[in-house]
Amino acid sequence: MRRDAGGRADPIGLRGALADRLLVALIAAMALFATCALAGHEAVSHLAMRWQKGANAAVTVQIPNPTPARLEAALEVLRALPAVRDAQAVDSTRMAELLRPWLGDVAGLPLPGVIELRLADLAADPVLIGDRVAEVVPGAVTEAHGVFVARLAAVARALSAGALSVLLLVGVVGASVVVLAVRAGIAARRDSVMVLHMLGAADRDIAGRFARRTAWLALVGAILGVLLSGALLWGLSHLAGPMLPDITSDDLPVLGLAAIPLSAVLIAWGATMTSILFWLRRLP
Amino acid sequence: MVRFGSVGLAYPTPRGDPGQEALRDVSFALGEGSFTWLIGPSGAGKSSILRLMQAALRPSSGVVSVLGTDVGRAERAALPALRRKIGVVHQEFRLLPHLSAWDNVALPLRLAGRAEGAVRQDVTEILDWLGLTNKAARAPAELSGGEQQRIAIARAIITRPALLIADEPTSELDVFEARRLIALFVEMNRLGTAIVVATHSEDLPARHPARVITLAEGRVIDAP
Repeated sequence: MRRDAGGRADPIGLRGALADRLLVALIAAMALFATCALAGHEAVSHLAMRWQKGANAAVTVQIPNPTPARLEAALEVLRALPAVRDAQAVDSTRMAELLRPWLGDVAGLPLPGVIELRLADLAADPVLIGDRVAEVVPGAVTEAHGVFVARLAAVARALSAGALSVLLLVGVVGASVVVLAVRAGIAARRDSVMVLHMLGAADRDIAGRFARRTAWLALVGAILGVLLSGALLWGLSHLAGPMLPDITSDDLPVLGLAAIPLSAVLIAWGATMTSILFWLRRLP
Repeated sequence: MVRFGSVGLAYPTPRGDPGQEALRDVSFALGEGSFTWLIGPSGAGKSSILRLMQAALRPSSGVVSVLGTDVGRAERAALPALRRKIGVVHQEFRLLPHLSAWDNVALPLRLAGRAEGAVRQDVTEILDWLGLTNKAARAPAELSGGEQQRIAIARAIITRPALLIADEPTSELDVFEARRLIALFVEMNRLGTAIVVATHSEDLPARHPARVITLAEGRVIDAP
C-alpha cells in the first residue's frame, strides 16, 4: 500500500495524482530562473554601486587664466542654475598634488582653475551648463564624462529592480503551476476526497495532505534548480571575471540562494492549501 | 436522535438555481436504538433522506436534526464532527482503492485522531469479528463483492457510531451474503446502534420486521 512521507497510509493516492515528475521539473526550472534573477540582481547592484562611486565628480569646469574674479563669476553662475546641486572650486594645492605623479612639480605651469559640480538632476544637459558659464567666463570648458557613468549606474539600478520583479514573477508563475497541478490532482482523486469528506475529515486535514505532497515535490525541484543554476553561475562568473575583477565568490548571495528552496516550499504549501480549501468550500 | 420536520429538498441546477424538488414536506422522528426500513421505488427520495441524515446535504426548507445538530443551520466547521459520529454503508461500497482493507477500516479512527495502538487493537478485533483477518493486507480490488461490503461495514462501525445508515446495502450481494449482512445489522442494533436501511426490496422488511417508512415521489406516504 502507498504511504506518505511520514510512513502513514496515503488514502488519496497522491503519488499517482499530481504528475510528480513534471511538477518537480517545472519547479526546478522556476528555481533556476529565480536563482539567475537573484544573482543578476546582486551583480548589477554591485556594478551600480561601483559606477556610482566613479561618477562622484559628475561634471568639471575648467577656467583658463583662473583669476579670483573669473573663478568667483563662474561659481556664481553655476550655483544659480537649478540643475546644479553644488559647485566647489578645487584648491590649487590639491590640483598640484593630483598632477604631481604625472607632471612632477607644477609650480611654474599655467594650470587652469577647476570647479567640481554635483548635479541635482542627472538628466540635465552638461553642454547647456558649459555654454552658460562660457557666456560669463570666456574660454571656460566643461567635461561631463561622469554624467554618462552616473546615467549608467541609474540604468544598472533599474536593471537590478527589474531582476527583483522577475524574481517575483517567477514566484507567481510557480504558484500557478502548483495550483494547476493540484486542480488536476483533485479531479483525478475526487472520489477519494469525497469519501474522506463524508467520513468526517476536516477541510484542513484534506488540504494538508495535498499541501505536504506538493511542498515535498517543491523542495526536491527547488534544490535541483539551485544546484543546476550553481553550475551555470560558476561558468558565467568565469566568463565575466575579467570584467568584474572585484567580484569574488564571497559576493555570492548565499542566504538568498538558500532561501529559494524554502520559498518554493512555502509557495507550494500556501498555493495548495488555498486552492484545496477553496474547492472544498463547495461541499456542504 | 433523528428528526425531520416538514423537510423540502431541491437539488440545485448546474447554474445554481433551485431545481426539481426531490423531497417535499417530509416529517418523521427516529429514536435511540431504533431499527428503521426506508422503502420505496427508485426516485422516491430514499437516498436524499440518507444524505441529509449524514450531513452530505442541507435541506432547502424545514428542519433536519441529527444527534442534536441542526444540519440546516449548523456552522460548516461543526459538520465533520457530526459525520464522524455516523456510520454509512454505501451501495457501491466506496472503499479507497489506494489503501489496504486494513487501512480502509482504520481510516475513521485515524481521522478522529485515535492513537495508533488503539487503532491497531480495534481494527484487528473487528476484522476478526467479520471473518476478514486473512484479507487485511489486500487491496479492495482483490476482494469479492461480499468481502468489500463487509470491509465497508467494518469501516462504518469501527467508531461505534450511534447511528448507522445503509443505502441499498444488499443490492450487490447474493442471497447468502445479504442475509448475513442483515443479521449483522440486527446484532449491532441489539448492541444499541440506531439503524436506518434504505431498500427498494419489500422482501427484507418482511423477513426482519421493524418500523417501515414508505416513500413515493419525494413524500412520506406511510410512517407508523
